[in-house]
Amino acid sequence: MAGFLSLFRRLEGPQTLGRGPAFWALFALVLAGALAYPLFSDGYTVGNTVYFFVWVFIALSLSLIWGYGGSLSFGQTAFFGIAGYGYGILTINFGAAYGFTWIALLLAVGMAALVAALLGYFMFFGRIAGVFLGIVTLAVTLMLERFMAQTAGPEWRIGAARLNGFNGMSAMPPLTIPWFGGPIVLFADVGLYYVVLAMLVLVYLGLRILMNSAFGNVIVAIRENPERAEMLGYDIRKYQLITFVIGAALAGLSGVLYTVWGQYITPSSMGMTAASLPLIWVAVGGRSDLTATIIGTLAVLSGFQALTIYGSQYALVFMGVLLVLTVLIAPNGLVLGVINWITKLVTRRKSEAA
Amino acid sequence: MDIATLAFSALYQFGDAFAFLVLSACGLAVIFGMMGVINLAHGEFIMCGAYVTAATVHAGLPLPLGILCGTLASAFVGVLVELLVIRHLYERPLDTIVATWGLSLIATQGTLILVGSTMAGVGTPFGSFQVGAYSYSIYRIVLFVAALAVLAALYALFNWTRFGVLARATIQVPHMAAALGVDTRLIYSLTFACGAGLAGLAGGLYAPTMTLVPTMGATFIMEAFVTVVIGGADVFLGTAPAGGLLAIVKSGMTSWQGQLFGQIGLLIAVIIVVRVLPKGISGFVLRERT
Repeated sequence: MAGFLSLFRRLEGPQTLGRGPAFWALFALVLAGALAYPLFSDGYTVGNTVYFFVWVFIALSLSLIWGYGGSLSFGQTAFFGIAGYGYGILTINFGAAYGFTWIALLLAVGMAALVAALLGYFMFFGRIAGVFLGIVTLAVTLMLERFMAQTAGPEWRIGAARLNGFNGMSAMPPLTIPWFGGPIVLFADVGLYYVVLAMLVLVYLGLRILMNSAFGNVIVAIRENPERAEMLGYDIRKYQLITFVIGAALAGLSGVLYTVWGQYITPSSMGMTAASLPLIWVAVGGRSDLTATIIGTLAVLSGFQALTIYGSQYALVFMGVLLVLTVLIAPNGLVLGVINWITKLVTRRKSEAA
Repeated sequence: MDIATLAFSALYQFGDAFAFLVLSACGLAVIFGMMGVINLAHGEFIMCGAYVTAATVHAGLPLPLGILCGTLASAFVGVLVELLVIRHLYERPLDTIVATWGLSLIATQGTLILVGSTMAGVGTPFGSFQVGAYSYSIYRIVLFVAALAVLAALYALFNWTRFGVLARATIQVPHMAAALGVDTRLIYSLTFACGAGLAGLAGGLYAPTMTLVPTMGATFIMEAFVTVVIGGADVFLGTAPAGGLLAIVKSGMTSWQGQLFGQIGLLIAVIIVVRVLPKGISGFVLRERT
């Protein structure tokens, strides 16, 4: 029991921003707002918000691997795609009865984690680091996209599921909760909203606990100085591999939820452009903090969507400019920069008052 | 079919794969080997070279001059990019990757907006010749010769010219070179321009063989990255042998199972090689030497 309680103490710590009653009051307020939001909105807008939430998981995975772990992975969309396709193949073959969609979700996420474990073993135990890690993961992602894009012929099928090449898979069943008197089908509106929101809160709090635990501190130590961490007796390869697998699972969860949300998945969700977008959200938000990542992702996504009205090509150019400027001017991220600035301001006020 | 024609066919395919790998990788390898910078906009420099080549050929210039224009245009853009972005990020290699990715996004979408989704291509020159039952394109042979010529020219540039000596000194111990009066910033700028120019050259050379679309850079970068990763930081000890090795894998797998499996073969080769030789072929050779 004491061990269980000490987990909650890890919600605050050196690796995450925000502590004390003020932060948690704000957190509760935002959560209450998010819970009440569907009451004041229509189904379509709520479904659109779910779309934003879906991307937060992949952003968090990148924050974990890149921001906390210091290894830049371009492969997150590969795991996104693997899990998305995995969910589609499983549910099209086995249907949605008896809550199988949830088993399919777990299996698909597990599939992404398994691929990450294999790839990660070769990379981290081969001591690939820095820029090479980025290139190898990018090559894997592009390869996977090319492979899926050429599966148009009828010979590319797994059971009843046609892979359909560049057009991608569609018409997989949405998540369903088996219930007395008929299952509840979670279409992309209020029902799915609450489920995804609950997952988001759980993942966010879980990652906070993880990063402030001994494990998280070692991960950050490896980012700061791999040699020193190794000299202190940690097998850094193992820690990096575990982080990579957790990140892949989160990216996979994002992929499954995306597939569930729109009931389709295409190879282009793994391409160059798709792979660059999570990077932009995380870089602009502030990769080395979970909260900043979430805020940044939601802000950039809504900005992107607003710009897309004037043409998605221009919006992508704008995203590129935003990324380059962020790297040049605020390498730690805009949101994180603003948060740190406010914190400094508040503490200075306090010390002046005292 | 007799052995000789079969051998020629295998050799031709090897040469084709080798030329593609070396030409698309050498620009990236120069920038990475000399500066430790991975240029994710490499594919877009190739695209730039191809587009300028096609545009100048349409304007009436002969193809070789067009390729020269493409090379110079890419090198010029390279100088601009180095001055505006790369120069500020030498201390942060991971951020350079991210920033150049942003540049690549801007370049691809910018070209799409400005030029449109496709550009009129250039016809493949020289025609073809016949060996046994198959006909082969002469231009592919030209490309193979061009790849060898680029390697030879780079060797000459970095070993026999003053710029080459200064560049190698700057790479080995930057502050010592600076103390001896070398303008290291200028050297970095020129090296980056050289790498960008080589990318433009690759684009110009391949412009007659492919459709010109804004995303054409993506067809090159996987091969380029794979070659550089396997080769390691040295252009001559790394890129050339890596190109040879990968060309065998690629042409073998391609003639056995088709183009896609050629690329999958490349990827598997990379993952195995990085596990065994983390610093690439050149790292292995250099370690043996010391």
